Amino acid sequence: MIKTVEELNQKISVCTKCLDDKIKGLDNKRHIVLCGGTGCLSSHSDEIKAKFEEVLKQKGLSDKATVNQVGCFGFCSQGPFVKIYPEDTLYRLVKVDDVEEIVEKDIRNGEIVERLLYVDPATKEKVAKQDEINFYKKQRRVALYGCGVINPENINESLGMGGFQGLRKALSMSQQDVINDILESGLRGRGGGGFPTGRKWQFALNSQGDEKYVVCNGDEGDPGAFMDRSILEGNPLAVIEGMVIAGYAIGAQNGYFYVRAEYPIAVKRLRIAIKQAEEEGLLGDNILGTNFSFRCHLRLGAGAFVCGEETALLNSIEGKRGMPRPRPPFPAVKGLWGKPTIVNNVETLACVPYILRNGAQAFASVGTERSKGTKVFALGGKVNNVGLVEVPMGTTLRELIYDIGGGIPNGKKFKAIQTGGPSGGCLTEEYLDEPIDFDNLVAKGSMMGSGGAIVMDEDNCMVDVAKFYMEFICDESCGKCTPCRIGTKRMLEILTRITEGRGTMEDLAELEQLSDTVKTNSLCALGQTSANPINSTLAHFKDEYLAHIVEKRCPAHVCKKLMTFTIDQDKCIGCGMCAKGCPVGAISRTDYVAPNHKLASMKIDAAKCIKCGACISTCKFKAIEKR
Amino acid sequence: MSLVNIKIEGIPYQVESGLTILEAARKCGYEIPSLCAFNHGECNQGSCRVCLVEATGARGLVASCVYPVSEGMEIRISTPKAIEARRRSVELLLSNHSKDCQQCDKNGSCELLYVAQLTGAREKAYEGVHSETTLDVLAPALIRDTSKCILCGRCIARCQNAHGLSVLGFENRGFNTIVAPAQNRSFQNSPCIQCGQCVSVCPTGALMEKSEIDKVDDALRSGKHVVIQAAPAVRAAIGEEFGYPVGTPTTGKMIAAMRRLGFERVYDVNFGADLTIMEEGTELLGRIKNGGVLPMITSCSPGWINYAECNYADLLPHVSSCKSPHQMQGAIIKSYWAKQNGYDPKEVFVVSVMPCVAKKFEKDRPMMEHDGIRDVDAVITTRELAKMIRRSGIRYDMLPDEDWDQDIMGDYTGAAVIFGVTGGVMEAALRTVYYKLTGKEYGKITFDEVRGHDAGVREATLDINGTKVSVAIASGMKSAKILLDEIRAGKSKYQFIEIMGCPGGCINGGGQPYIRPVFLPHEDDDILDTYKEKRAKALYSEDERQTLRQSHKNPQVIELYEKFLGEPNSHLAHELLHTHYEGREAFR
Amino acid sequence: MAKLQEKAVAQIKEICSRYKNEKTPLMMILSDIQNEYGYIPLEVQELVSAETGISVAEIYGVVTFYSFFSLNPKGKYIIGCCLGTACYVKGAQNVIDKFSEILGIKPGQTTSDGLFTLDALRCIGACGIAPAVSISGTVYPKMSVDKVPAIIKELREKEGAL
Ligand SMILES: Cc1cc2nc3c(=O)[nH]c(=O)nc-3n(C[C@H](O)[C@H](O)[C@H](O)COP(=O)(O)O)c2cc1C
Ligand code: SF4
Ligand code: SF4
Ligand code: SF4
Ligand code: SF4
Ligand code: SF4
Ligand code: SF4
Ligand code: SF4
Ligand code: SF4
Ligand code: FES
Ligand code: FES
Ligand code: FES
Repeated sequence: MIKTVEELNQKISVCTKCLDDKIKGLDNKRHIVLCGGTGCLSSHSDEIKAKFEEVLKQKGLSDKATVNQVGCFGFCSQGPFVKIYPEDTLYRLVKVDDVEEIVEKDIRNGEIVERLLYVDPATKEKVAKQDEINFYKKQRRVALYGCGVINPENINESLGMGGFQGLRKALSMSQQDVINDILESGLRGRGGGGFPTGRKWQFALNSQGDEKYVVCNGDEGDPGAFMDRSILEGNPLAVIEGMVIAGYAIGAQNGYFYVRAEYPIAVKRLRIAIKQAEEEGLLGDNILGTNFSFRCHLRLGAGAFVCGEETALLNSIEGKRGMPRPRPPFPAVKGLWGKPTIVNNVETLACVPYILRNGAQAFASVGTERSKGTKVFALGGKVNNVGLVEVPMGTTLRELIYDIGGGIPNGKKFKAIQTGGPSGGCLTEEYLDEPIDFDNLVAKGSMMGSGGAIVMDEDNCMVDVAKFYMEFICDESCGKCTPCRIGTKRMLEILTRITEGRGTMEDLAELEQLSDTVKTNSLCALGQTSANPINSTLAHFKDEYLAHIVEKRCPAHVCKKLMTFTIDQDKCIGCGMCAKGCPVGAISRTDYVAPNHKLASMKIDAAKCIKCGACISTCKFKAIEKR
Repeated sequence: MSLVNIKIEGIPYQVESGLTILEAARKCGYEIPSLCAFNHGECNQGSCRVCLVEATGARGLVASCVYPVSEGMEIRISTPKAIEARRRSVELLLSNHSKDCQQCDKNGSCELLYVAQLTGAREKAYEGVHSETTLDVLAPALIRDTSKCILCGRCIARCQNAHGLSVLGFENRGFNTIVAPAQNRSFQNSPCIQCGQCVSVCPTGALMEKSEIDKVDDALRSGKHVVIQAAPAVRAAIGEEFGYPVGTPTTGKMIAAMRRLGFERVYDVNFGADLTIMEEGTELLGRIKNGGVLPMITSCSPGWINYAECNYADLLPHVSSCKSPHQMQGAIIKSYWAKQNGYDPKEVFVVSVMPCVAKKFEKDRPMMEHDGIRDVDAVITTRELAKMIRRSGIRYDMLPDEDWDQDIMGDYTGAAVIFGVTGGVMEAALRTVYYKLTGKEYGKITFDEVRGHDAGVREATLDINGTKVSVAIASGMKSAKILLDEIRAGKSKYQFIEIMGCPGGCINGGGQPYIRPVFLPHEDDDILDTYKEKRAKALYSEDERQTLRQSHKNPQVIELYEKFLGEPNSHLAHELLHTHYEGREAFR
Repeated sequence: MAKLQEKAVAQIKEICSRYKNEKTPLMMILSDIQNEYGYIPLEVQELVSAETGISVAEIYGVVTFYSFFSLNPKGKYIIGCCLGTACYVKGAQNVIDKFSEILGIKPGQTTSDGLFTLDALRCIGACGIAPAVSISGTVYPKMSVDKVPAIIKELREKEGAL
């Protein structure tokens, strides 16, 4: 139980030394850490951990090395990861069967297991240390501080990583000074809107209320973004600390975490972290001997994207349907149970301890004129290095996609990058050198959103992508207001017609008009931004729309209804494999035998074909084409 | 109250702070098209997006029904952008709407159709699939047709505010959202008390009373002796359907119209009301004298009876066994009156005109008959009667004032008239009880508000020959519940309680003319707050005009007892005029 | 109210009482019931209504709003195919189509033997290993169409249902 600042200081110095010793190897031990993020757990990092413990014991090395699980390393596509301190050797794509060898060679003999090292795709060189991998070189960890380093289920490691120094500082300041710090840091909300965090807190501080609340938005609905998940999995105490600081600043006594039920590991670690913080007295009554008391509560989402919208989220906590409320009144005036409330994103709150600990200037010195600090992106889609990256604001798209992301796989051509998820837009080749920040992305027709960044290549159909997002929005619309409830359905109907070759030019005009209506008329930002993917694909890829409408053709060969599968009779050797795999028996033999082949070739009956694509993948002779 | 300066279309105004743009604009003489908004925040979803305007200080367009005015705000209603936005919202609504206006009973008072015309919405602007629809016609009094629902939520709010019942709610999500009782069940299998309050706020034809005009037509065609009787509250409101200011009693014209519709006799249910007081007053006296179950609760509101049977079966012994006035009168018409006229009761058809939709349910209750003869055969609402009048080409305003048929049920007292207002039954009963006990007249009873607000619980204490009698009234089940829970807990201090289903009583019944500011351009802008009072006043003034103001003084009632029933609560009276209640399975 | 087993009644009452001190406990109660029973039929909602005083229409509205709550029982194995953006652009549609084909059910449906429910999910935060499929909590990384038959076969064998 930590009751005073002195006690905290003492504890911090013990923990810091302990962690430092471990990382630097001063304790004469080796430390094996495994990634325990969702991605790596799905590739059995749990079993690998158990295996390490078992093998170490077997070989009598248990006192020579420790085994620990940490949060996501960010580079999930190359997981599971095993890292060994103090050398900082990073093994990737590790399997249970590799454990023996790692223990034998590395732990016992200090040799690196070469075959498990990361290979730079460009230079084909093996890289042993994490920091030397291109993926990590340009990154800078503020929100992800501690993730992938500390054991998220052990508060001591968090304290060893600077945890709760921000709160200690905050409690020595006035509420207004804390808010001034946040204002000065230039921190803007990471949940999508980019609203200045300090100003939001100021509103809530100025609001009168016997009770106030802090709500942490961990609903993370943008499909393709998982930074909040990783932060909660990797360093939940940093978010808790951020929340307590926010609570102190605005005068709240209670905080609510609203986390997606789809994130069981994050939920579990958050629970543990709250409990540990309570046990240490860092949550509860009279924190650090002050008269400030604060408690954290946890609420789970139940599968509704719109609950990421702050007023819908409040309704959800209140046990209601997650339908947004009209604003004003804003939550800072009338929020949870009608009391002044601030809603902040996980990543936003994770930045707060950093600002308090290192000073507003340290944060503000990074980034661009109006977007300070760093931003975590979930880089996904058609890019070599898929994962979470945290870069300074102002990094260019090219750096993100090519330097960090390692470019487009399989020699394909880059087509577009979608930022901001279903509310955002796509940016093309010509924007690659644009710096990424809140305002610039908006100026270019997209938005930052929560940081999803999905790369698309020549094989992606942009009309299909627009339809994909519209389908998502249409499914997730809460149904409260007319334009979004009905308008998105109408837009989806039109997009479906276009992708199925039934679209007309009038449809296109109506689509443009509808997107305008839904944008201006909708109640909440879900509807207001729902047409962004349509607008931006229309702006950059009108030719693709026209190809679907006028020529009844999908240039990227994605839209099934517009696709035809044909067999090149001269390439076909007549093996018949394709016919076997066709689920609808659309392939039959002809009586044409190609020169040099023994068997008659096959043909596809276009009327029967359901365009499943099975035949293409079966044919070893590349005789089948889709167009 | 602080004031703020705003501008609408560039013209400066001063309005109260705290108002929404829509309300402020109304006060300044602008009616912004709106659908989901209803009665200052009774329903404030901000969901239909039909009321969009431009306002400084806001990004883009704002929903005027939920956006508050602020100092210096400049509001523009008529910019091309705002006009187009409003039109588009309506067009989208129409694209998922059944649009069979020509067959729709709501046509003529439909706010959606009105707003569509107002905004210039093109019916077929957007086309596409419609969401799945439900037509619920199982319940005796109500029809729900989701193909016409615009999901405004007004009905949900009204049911919740009036009764705390929340029978209706939003279901599903997105394009599949509907408004329905749980699991999209029929009203029949829900906790609904059939009061029709939701109907009275629904802007479209999605919620309607079940019309019985066809039944009445058939009867008129059949050669039967068709008798019509109208409840007190009807006269206080039917004029509104023909353009009279709210609160104008048009009793004489209403009678004339009914006669012209071909009814053989036109009676006032007030006679039945006086009869009810005789029976109910006697029952109360009996209970007080003989140590019967107290408090006794009135029974003339079928909405309340439905609620009691489903939720407070244990308290049914408290409920008076009296039928409601029109049922009593129906029973008398089918017996005494038929005999007097030498008619076979089977050839007599009784139509009741009621402010109420629950009465449609009540008249079908199994107990409402005698020797296989139903007391009442059809119930039409005030609105339905107006429809019949209009349909027949009758110019209501040009009608002469006529009087009720006087033969044997024409007399009534002022006590009966006030049945239509909350507190009226109680007051009427007490006038008689007081007289019976003291031989003196009682002045006006003044009720004090004790709990709740807007038609909450009110109480009064009377001194009758030195005995203090405590009485209370409540309308709307939310208030009634307070009194009922006290009884259940054994803590009720009252001897007599009046409960009415609808907030404010029958003047505000679910079958009364719709109160819609847009359709009432000559009313004050606060008509939604004042209409109940205005209608009540119409009844109170009629009470004051009556020379006879106590039920026991009604000569024809006295005659009825002398010639037919014997005395109040006699055996025959019990057979014809009383009923019993049964606990029913409560749907939640 | 349709019949619920006594044990279930007691347990649901217990779940409701867990959150007695919460201001607005409905979501938590429903989550616990969903986790416990795999679905929340109307009879259960009626019981929750009786315990909490919240009307059934309101509860039903909440249950049908959130996709995590289900009115019908789900299969023993819930196959959740992520159709989030990161997974979609990497071919997740083909993966779910394949599950659909092999199981003979559409997303949202349950096989007649009650073994499998197929669900389309929206991002499970495992985008780094897209396309991701979660089967009753276990995440399968980097799924492809050819891995599907083996997974189903393995689960069926485990259940002795071949
Ligand atoms: C449809 C919709 C979904 C949203 N989803 C999220 C989300 O998943 N996580 C989040 O933090 N904010 C989300 N937001 C933004 C929130 O409404 C809110 O602005 C944010 O949580 C505020 O926190 P911040 O200022 O720290 O960014 C969403 C907004 C909308 C309109
Ligand atoms: S815009 Fe969509 S999500 Fe937002 S309130 Fe309207 S219907 Fe609901
Ligand atoms: S695409 Fe599918 S349906 Fe068409 S021919 Fe090939 S295997 Fe058969
Ligand atoms: S698999 Fe290829 S080569 Fe074999 S029959 Fe089919 S098309 Fe011809
Ligand atoms: S509800 Fe109104 S708009 Fe709809 S069909 Fe009826 S009259 Fe027409
Ligand atoms: S408005 Fe037009 S369509 Fe309708 S009835 Fe009149 S003429 Fe016919
Ligand atoms: S009729 Fe009355 S009780 Fe029934 S749903 Fe409508 S308002 Fe509620
Ligand atoms: S039924 Fe009527 S009042 Fe209720 S939501 Fe639908 S349109 Fe509105
Ligand atoms: S108060 Fe009047 S209108 Fe309302 S339910 Fe009762 S009798 Fe009918
Ligand atoms: S989960 Fe292991 S690197 Fe992301
Ligand atoms: S009337 Fe304002 S949004 Fe419906
Ligand atoms: S998009 Fe599939 S896990 Fe995120």
